[in-house]
Amino acid sequence: MTSELPETLAEIRDDFLALGEKDRLQLLLEFSNELPELPDEHRERTDLFERVEECQSPVFLLVDVHDDQVVVHATAPAESPTTRGFASILVQGLSGRAVEEVLGVPGDFAFDLGLTAAVSPLRLRGMTGMLARIQRQVREKSSL
Amino acid sequence: MSIPADPADKFQSYAHPERLVSTEWLEAHLTAPGVVVVESDEDVLLYDTGHIPGAVKVDWHTELNDPIVRDYVDGPGFAALMSAKGIRRDSTIVVYGDKSNWWAAYALWVFTLFGHEDVRLLDGGRDRWIAEGRPLTTDAPSPTTTDYPVVDRQDEEIRAFKEDVLEHFGKPLIDVRSPEEYSGERTHMPAYPDEGALRGGHIPTARSVPWARAAAEDGTFRSAEELATIYRDEAAVGDAEDVIAYCRIGERSSHTWFVLTHLLGVPRVRNYDGSWTEWGSAVRVPIATGTSPGARPAR
Repeated sequence: MTSELPETLAEIRDDFLALGEKDRLQLLLEFSNELPELPDEHRERTDLFERVEECQSPVFLLVDVHDDQVVVHATAPAESPTTRGFASILVQGLSGRAVEEVLGVPGDFAFDLGLTAAVSPLRLRGMTGMLARIQRQVREKSSL
Repeated sequence: MSIPADPADKFQSYAHPERLVSTEWLEAHLTAPGVVVVESDEDVLLYDTGHIPGAVKVDWHTELNDPIVRDYVDGPGFAALMSAKGIRRDSTIVVYGDKSNWWAAYALWVFTLFGHEDVRLLDGGRDRWIAEGRPLTTDAPSPTTTDYPVVDRQDEEIRAFKEDVLEHFGKPLIDVRSPEEYSGERTHMPAYPDEGALRGGHIPTARSVPWARAAAEDGTFRSAEELATIYRDEAAVGDAEDVIAYCRIGERSSHTWFVLTHLLGVPRVRNYDGSWTEWGSAVRVPIATGTSPGARPAR
């Protein structure tokens, strides 16, 4: 296992791996239900968001970097709970972390959640796409 | 079919009207003895966010596919699945799902491989049911297991393999993927991640009819007349009696298989589930690129 994962993301991964397969899906559904609402200042500025082309459903991302700290915002439709769940994991697991920590997350993190049997590779690659776009935005916005 | 068909006017122009039910009919028959409602979605979590009361979920990815071989479950596997879902051999199954029944049609096609006789599709699928404000629940059903018999899968009639497609040249072939996938600009759906094929393009002579053309704006099937124009005229199926449809892994083409078989009444329609993920990477098979079907390959 990778040791460089941000603590928050590592905890999420461990929570998934501690469960049986069926319960992992339930946990993913909980994440889906807990995708944080956009803060007011972003709600009207959808033009700033980047569409995740790797996801079949409309998922939009926006990353803020302030004083080396990353905040991830995302929207995804309720009709696509799996995609929403993945967005929520990244929002909750990466927000508040340092730029270097976020950039250090391995690109194939989606495959470490123990969901490869239950969720099609298509979906997991969607999450991989989200992560890559988050990391690219972090890179651009932190001028690293 | 022990449960009478939905007599809705719209369905009467289809070749096999008994294969469709309306949302109205289904709501009235939710607790009818012998009816089992099955939800099958692309999104593995969608069912759990709310489903038609009493409906059981069948997951295409984990329950219909064999985990080791690129194939469907076998007879004993299917019997165990049906039993666990409370389905008897003589049950009337009504399947519905997301995205205009795309995956629901796939499940229906797999059920047909095992000769389950009475399996119907909910016209308009999950979206229409919800749009009409019909009841949903998150209560998990607890079906009573059944003694569903072990039936061998019969692939010959409705499933095509690569060799069958090579033998089929000269007869209608329908490519139901997006125009970009057909022409070879891309090997996967717009906005979908790549599932992997070495080359882009289509099977020579295949006509392009993206699957969603069979659905109207509200997700229900187009009228028999409209469907005949799209498939028989535009895609030159004409009065052909033997058609093969394919897509990327066989899911979207199940939808087209349903349309050609049950709505238009084409006598023999096979779904090539190996589809582009096999053909586009296979050794020594010809492809065509661009927007025209291409010439019939010399054998």
